[in-house]
Amino acid sequence: MSNDYAPMWESLGMDLKAHDALLDVLGQGYQDIYLAQKNRPEGMSYFDFVMSEVHGLRIKELLDEKKQNRKIIGSYCVFVPEEIVLAGGATLVGLCSGADFAIEDVEKHLPRNTCSLIKSSFGFKLGRVCPYLESADMIVGENTCDGKKKAYETFAGMVDNLYVMDLPQVKSSQGRSLLKKEFERFKTAVEELTGNKITVDTLKEGIKVVNAKRAALHRLATLRKADPVPISGLDALLANQVFFYDNPARFTESVNKICDELEVRIKENQGVFPAKTPRILISGCPMAVPNWKLPWIIETSGAVIVGEESCVGERGTRNLTDDSGQSLDELMEAVTDRYFKVDCAIFTPNQKRSDHIVEMAKAYGANGVIHYGLQFCQPYIMESIPVENTLENLGIPCMRIETDYGMEDMGQLKTRVEAFIEQISD
Amino acid sequence: MICAGIDIGSRSIELVLVENQKVIETRQTDTGFDPISQAKKVMEGIKFDKIMATGYGRNLFELAYDDALTVTEIKAHAAGVRLEFPEALAILDIGGQDSKSIRLNEQGRVMKFEMNDRCAAGTGKFLEIMAQNLGFALDEFGPAALAAQKDLQINSMCTVFAESEVTSLIAKGQDRQEIARGLHLSVVKRAVGMLNRVGAQGPIVFSGGVAQNPCMVKMVSDALAKEILVPESPQMMGALGAAMIMDARG
Ligand code: SF4
Ligand code: SF4
Repeated sequence: MSNDYAPMWESLGMDLKAHDALLDVLGQGYQDIYLAQKNRPEGMSYFDFVMSEVHGLRIKELLDEKKQNRKIIGSYCVFVPEEIVLAGGATLVGLCSGADFAIEDVEKHLPRNTCSLIKSSFGFKLGRVCPYLESADMIVGENTCDGKKKAYETFAGMVDNLYVMDLPQVKSSQGRSLLKKEFERFKTAVEELTGNKITVDTLKEGIKVVNAKRAALHRLATLRKADPVPISGLDALLANQVFFYDNPARFTESVNKICDELEVRIKENQGVFPAKTPRILISGCPMAVPNWKLPWIIETSGAVIVGEESCVGERGTRNLTDDSGQSLDELMEAVTDRYFKVDCAIFTPNQKRSDHIVEMAKAYGANGVIHYGLQFCQPYIMESIPVENTLENLGIPCMRIETDYGMEDMGQLKTRVEAFIEQISD
Repeated sequence: MICAGIDIGSRSIELVLVENQKVIETRQTDTGFDPISQAKKVMEGIKFDKIMATGYGRNLFELAYDDALTVTEIKAHAAGVRLEFPEALAILDIGGQDSKSIRLNEQGRVMKFEMNDRCAAGTGKFLEIMAQNLGFALDEFGPAALAAQKDLQINSMCTVFAESEVTSLIAKGQDRQEIARGLHLSVVKRAVGMLNRVGAQGPIVFSGGVAQNPCMVKMVSDALAKEILVPESPQMMGALGAAMIMDARG
């Protein structure tokens, strides 16, 4: 990335030296993991460009929006409704948290046995290396797992614009009404931040824009049912990651363009891997940028990933929001309905998630499921045991992996993954 | 056609040559600090047509040796073990750096496996370090533990903590053999837990270098309340399996 952006980063108060180091690692990782792949669809060059400009051009765009008085809202969770943000005339960006950074500083604030995702969100702040975080006018934290909600108590002292949203833990009518009320409260907060009143029309428009980008990802997901698979799991994951911070309209258009290309590939029976390559579904914790370790190991060990049951993946995007409502309240009900279906492991009980994993494994013709849990993530790791039992009772092999963002277990992971691939392939 | 299987473990390297599903030669050496040149040394003067590598050094070997194929330790041990014990339905494999449990179906296919976490707890390395701490040679360690009159509870699973626990037990004047037995017991508990996690049932084979330790064999079979099968050369199972898989592929 060119250094022309240095003054921009500096103006955001970032630590340039540390940031350079981060970009170096990111760039090298991207080179080794993404650009080293064979047979990539041409349309992926768009995402390569986005990634190469992830802290550059996109940030410039956001700062330009800010100059036009548009507000930027950062989020750490798929429960933050982008429809409402857009309706208020603001822009939502996902704050990724997919790499270890400034760990010694982080461990002054958080216990060592906290999941990497939470540690990373602190590290990016303490190390002053994330331009998204630094340009956000409001950061939304949400009371999901215990780790996150307690971490936000500390995080509130590190940023001056944290807004905490409460979330239900049970899918009951009380739970739903809590969510509805919290979304109403969030709507008001967005209105106050932007000075814009949310109307039936703006909310309808917001819903339309977000639905369109989700629909584009649905289209992409469906194409991965083909054998040979027309796109690698790594590339599809990238699309799911870019979903969180690219301009929505441009993202939708770019994903649809890749889909056009993939449809041709499928017609011509062309794949990224040979036909009959063992197919794996990944399920579990979200994989924020640049957490590519496990997918990379899988796809360099002789298998292909055909789906991700993850918030950075189908769990986060599978449902659309009904936009047929005529009043603001009807539309808010629809938004609530849509988000209330997200089957995050913080909910109890959470049978729907297991059902969805089974459904996905069948729909995408997966030969096995790898359940990915970040070390110290209780909700997903605990849920991985019943999930494994459910799958194995149905004859679908499942392997549970518990790891973090470090690289020291690469050898171990590779052996496990290779052995699992051997297990499901002969 | 002669097929070779090479198992590059953290502690030792084994080589097995197979022709028409029959073993014609076996060799073994230490891994040392340079696994690849050790591997080459072990291969000196022998002829084969194809080679398959397994063990933690398999990927290194594949890079250094163009024609090599690789297979994981899990599948290789399964193949090796089934050759000696066609009835085996589960395997406990404890090697230098990791330990594994594997469940097989009637046809010998791997149905489920577990591996230890990153650290050395519950592996051959753990026993080796503890033997050293207690001043036993590795091959005396098992027999000494076997001869102990009673079990002594060792609370730490972690190698580093266990070391200090052992030091303080020695300082208290505890019997060396009983400490040794306690250390064996803590490895056995982990191993049995791992077997349970894959749902091991039916005939169980103990493979890998640690299966040469008579105390481990006795204690695992006591803990499971059934006989444990041990191959004649348990440390060879990985290399044997790799060679067999290669041979079967033709
Ligand atoms: S896993 Fe749960 S807490 Fe995390 S992003 Fe998804 S919905 Fe939010
Ligand atoms: S749900 Fe798990 S991975 Fe996500 S923040 Fe909480 S502990 Fe971390």
